[in-house]
Amino acid sequence: MLRKGIALAALGLAFLGSPALAAHPKPVEREVAWSFDGPFGKFDTAQLQRGYKVYREVCAACHSMHLLSFRNLGEKGGPFYDPEYKNPNDNPYVKSLAKDIQVPDIDSDTGDAIQRPATPADRFPSPFPNEPAARASNGGALPPDLSVIAKAREGGPNYIYALMTGYRNPPAGLTVGVGQHYNVSMTGDLTSAWKGDHHKVPPGGVVAMPPPLADGKVTFDDGSPSTVDQQAKDVAAFLYWAAEPKMMERKQFGLGAMIYLLIFTVLLYFSYRRIWRNVAH
Amino acid sequence: MSGHSTYEPKTGIERWLDTRLPIVRFAYDTALSFPTPKNLNYWWTFGGILALMLGIQLVTGIVLAMHYVPHVDYAFASVERIMRDVNYGWLIRYMHANGASMFFLAVYIHMIRNLYYGSYKAPREVLWILGCLIYLAMMATAFIGYVLPWGQMSFHGAVVITNLFGALPIIGTPITTWLWGGFAVDNPTLNRFFSLHYLLPFVIAGLVVLHIWALHVPGNNNPTGVNVKSENDTVPFHPYYTVKDGFAIAVFLLLYASFVFYNPNVLGHADNYIPANPLVTPAHIVPEWYFLPFYAILRAVPDKLGGVLLMFGAIATLFVLPWLDTSKVRSMRYRPTARLYFFIFVLAALVLGYCGGQLPDDPVIAQPSGLLLLDADINSFVWLSRIATLYFFAYFWIILPVLGLTEKPLPVPESISEPVLSHPATTPAGAVASPEKRG
Repeated sequence: MLRKGIALAALGLAFLGSPALAAHPKPVEREVAWSFDGPFGKFDTAQLQRGYKVYREVCAACHSMHLLSFRNLGEKGGPFYDPEYKNPNDNPYVKSLAKDIQVPDIDSDTGDAIQRPATPADRFPSPFPNEPAARASNGGALPPDLSVIAKAREGGPNYIYALMTGYRNPPAGLTVGVGQHYNVSMTGDLTSAWKGDHHKVPPGGVVAMPPPLADGKVTFDDGSPSTVDQQAKDVAAFLYWAAEPKMMERKQFGLGAMIYLLIFTVLLYFSYRRIWRNVAH
Repeated sequence: MSGHSTYEPKTGIERWLDTRLPIVRFAYDTALSFPTPKNLNYWWTFGGILALMLGIQLVTGIVLAMHYVPHVDYAFASVERIMRDVNYGWLIRYMHANGASMFFLAVYIHMIRNLYYGSYKAPREVLWILGCLIYLAMMATAFIGYVLPWGQMSFHGAVVITNLFGALPIIGTPITTWLWGGFAVDNPTLNRFFSLHYLLPFVIAGLVVLHIWALHVPGNNNPTGVNVKSENDTVPFHPYYTVKDGFAIAVFLLLYASFVFYNPNVLGHADNYIPANPLVTPAHIVPEWYFLPFYAILRAVPDKLGGVLLMFGAIATLFVLPWLDTSKVRSMRYRPTARLYFFIFVLAALVLGYCGGQLPDDPVIAQPSGLLLLDADINSFVWLSRIATLYFFAYFWIILPVLGLTEKPLPVPESISEPVLSHPATTPAGAVASPEKRG
């Protein structure tokens, strides 16, 4: 009976998981074997450090991450965690990373708006003062905040990786507007922009962001090859960490909780069998 | 609460208290000595699971409310602050968010068990109606709670659902304005939703007390549907059912924990991690999975008011169910024909849930290009929803009333002990009729 119940529940959940059938072709999805996959998955610190560099040198020009502070980089599970500095505000590496970035502030003596070097307690500064400014600099499009972007898109880090590597020359017959770029992994429906065979609408959509990555655009300190593929993977991993910074703590805690519950379940099962041994039911 | 109390105060303090406030006697009679049919199967363990889930939701919710800011400008960021900066905030929030899903999973199984074993029939109609009220309050609480993170799905879900009341003639618009506290879903809406989200769980808790009270007057139904005839048919709730429920709860917690720790966002929607923006409407607005069957019923009707009425009609139908089912036999074990219709009903409910998550005009069966198997109109989720909706209502309003009068049920056992003892597979060697008398 219980087994049937679980099977029924699983069936119900399986129903939810199935994606919607769409008339137009689905965007191209790409699967990456991430170090943080699975119940024992962990972040690859070196990858997060490379990813942070990609964000800082490329993405941060247009995209804010206003939920993150520099101290987060030195927290447990973060890219620059050092067990010697339990308090990330003391972490010299994090301090020096922060110091290189200017943040807006108010001079407490004069009340003037000033720029000063950041401290670990400061949030990542936003590239634009407000939304109209961001739109004005980006042809009317608003670059989304990246703090939780890896949780805010179906597919998460896989989607980010696919998008970063999904730029293609538009096929003949596809009208791509000025300031738009064809991307096979962007969500969208190109039916109206397609002049070719009705049954062969190209997958993907258009995005205002020009291809952000290029081979050799970022120099990795650990000597990893600076290919678009590598940069895309690393920045996707970094963004996943940014969206779920407590993932490692969660999975670690989960392991303990599951073992505890499993032992508890077995004990209760045998208690149940023992208490009911003389009852016909 | 019912029957003769077997509680004997053992210490002086208990005797003193018992003559002034017999609270220990009350607890003993309701939670320990309460006679319970000995043949309850695992489907009966979901009551205990639900009580635990309500407790978990209350505790995690109260802690979340300490850190949450009910303001359109800060709500989203405050939820993320809970995830990042509050000690074990990620655990508390994921327990609460997934707890809602687990709560509904358990309540649906609890209700399905009711339907199968006829637990809603006399003398348990009030018990069933109280359960329906709890379910209604749960739906209101869950919907309001989903609005609080103020993500895209929160906001646009709130717009869609509150606008349903706007379909009512004349009073529709004033009611919607009153619900919103303005002329659109905005800060006043979020504020009152937060207030109500804190209030309603305590309403549920009050209803649960009444539900348990109403349970303890006639006592539990059981898989045979036959009334308890003698003490031989029952065992004391403790330790027999505390341990059986305890085991089921532990198994359920394993499932719950696997979501919380390993897949905390799988039951949610990615769009709710995008801060609410009234100017950008998500491509498809879908409610949480537990509302999908009702969402499918709503969309199955081309007319908005009709859809709203039908959706609320589906819930209202549950309230009158005890008077729709004309069969005197409670358990479907002895109603083979009804059982068949029951399983189709469960299938229809699942189909509705599936349709609720799809785009109405999408085809159910992807056709090979150039070959039209079915008319394109019929081959769509909206038509599948219509068929399932029709069955949903037909089951309650036609099948159950008619079947009770026309079907020929199988012979029902004399007592609970009879089928139990005559079934060799379930009778352990040396079993006795009243186990509590043996060591």
